[in-house]
Amino acid sequence: MGVLVHDLAHARAGDKGNTSSVAVIAYDDAAWQVLRRSLTADRVMLAFSHLGAGTVRRYEVESLRALNFVIPNVLAGGVTRSLRLDPHGKTLSALMLCIELPDSD
Amino acid sequence: MNSSDTRLRIGVGAGMADDRIGPALELLQKCDLDYLVCECLAERTIARETLSRKTGNSKGFNPMLEDRMRSFLPLMRDKGVKLVSNMGAANPMGAAQAALEIGQSLGWQTLKCAAVTGDDVTERVSRHPELTLLDLQLPLEEILPRLASANAYLGADVVRDGLATGAHVVMTGRVADPSLFLGVALHHHGWSYDDCPRLAAGTIMGHLLECSAQVTGGYFADPGKKDVPRLAELAYPFADIHSDGSLFIGKPDGSGGRLDRMTCSEQALYEIHDPRAYITPDCVLSLDGLNFEELTPDRVAVRGVSARPRTDTYKVVVGYFDGWIGSGEVAYAGINAIARAQLAAETVKERFRLDGGVASEMQVDLIGMNSLHGSHPNTMSSVPYEVRLRVAARCPDKKSAHLLGDHVRQLNMQGPYGAGGPVNLGAREVIAVDAVLIPRDWVRPEITTVGA
Repeated sequence: MGVLVHDLAHARAGDKGNTSSVAVIAYDDAAWQVLRRSLTADRVMLAFSHLGAGTVRRYEVESLRALNFVIPNVLAGGVTRSLRLDPHGKTLSALMLCIELPDSD
Repeated sequence: MNSSDTRLRIGVGAGMADDRIGPALELLQKCDLDYLVCECLAERTIARETLSRKTGNSKGFNPMLEDRMRSFLPLMRDKGVKLVSNMGAANPMGAAQAALEIGQSLGWQTLKCAAVTGDDVTERVSRHPELTLLDLQLPLEEILPRLASANAYLGADVVRDGLATGAHVVMTGRVADPSLFLGVALHHHGWSYDDCPRLAAGTIMGHLLECSAQVTGGYFADPGKKDVPRLAELAYPFADIHSDGSLFIGKPDGSGGRLDRMTCSEQALYEIHDPRAYITPDCVLSLDGLNFEELTPDRVAVRGVSARPRTDTYKVVVGYFDGWIGSGEVAYAGINAIARAQLAAETVKERFRLDGGVASEMQVDLIGMNSLHGSHPNTMSSVPYEVRLRVAARCPDKKSAHLLGDHVRQLNMQGPYGAGGPVNLGAREVIAVDAVLIPRDWVRPEITTVGA
């Protein structure tokens, strides 16, 4: 049994066009070390792939203990065009927090 | 330097088009503001206001402008507070005139208002079909026949110039959100575009404040995990930015919500891509090294940002017509609810087709199972007791879009048994947005004043 990102961090999602950006902010230094090591761009892309995610870019901001993920093509055309119930992708931060990280990483 | 002598205090009056007015009044009444800034323009708002203006349904500026000005102007006059806002949307001149008339009707005969125009570059951009759409990665030519609007994100300099006229109220159209705030600091402190550390301070100030209560506990609560005290009484923030560039974010003493490292960190990264290169019309901001110090429960110090000089282009939001979206909803409960919802969806699709409805894309959601995160294993693993079906379609014409919802609406009598609350949510005309970059010298901002 691994650990959920929800146990380690809080998150906020924003949108620009058809791209979602999700910031993941560690609660403390220990959590930050785990996130930094295990919450990779590939893992995030896998978690968002069924929504159409393209290649995910990942940025670190050490002073905030934060990772910022930029996830293209995941908003079904963006807020104005999307047929989805949540066209902004405001709920996608919750999907990020549902990601389970393996212990062994 | 005695920092209390050089303190500039900017409060937030709104962070979206239809934001609450009450928290702004609290700031005006209690917080000794110098300026109030209202950010009211989402990416697509100007295109929509342009459309409304053409069809005669609106004046082209923010529909809440009158309510806001009626509420704010008496307090602004009493306390010597000036206001900056992009409520002008597609008609800054009309917005400035409307603000003036409201002020005069309230007895403020010396009120002066300024309008910033020149962000509308529709004609100029139309002559350049070769420009690249940043989102679609196609030439502008692709959407040119359907173009609704093209507005450049102007920078803080136009706000500075608007305030330099001595206006009490500055109404703009498209101005980058953080620039509305930075512009006040440029005017008040006399900062120049050569001074990157201060541009950085003013830009992070604007970025933290532009979404109003999103920095004071909005868009944050997760009960039991990260609670927000008195969420219903959520306060709006203000900033103290000193002439040396030192920056503090505050909210009224003892007010509802929360303001701390966590809320500030979430908002600092909100809608930013590369944290080392956040491009605004004023500078290229880096958050590398950004940190927050909690001074009191209502006050945070902001430090550690830097900036590089602005780029030589303006970003232009282009709005274009992109067909219609129709949708409808209906609910099922109890044994076999999901199967009935699925049968209903298939029936709607087939009837829509048989009736000659045209759609390029259709979406079927089971609300409570897969409407937000798609077919996510966590939600699809268990069967809910009840479910609400939503069907949406992208259609080339209004008639098809409306027809889809009709078929959902009619499920109460002509679908599977037990159809609860069927509704046609109607047809909505889609104005899509994209962006292009243009040289700075294509844009000629102008300031016009009315009153006094």
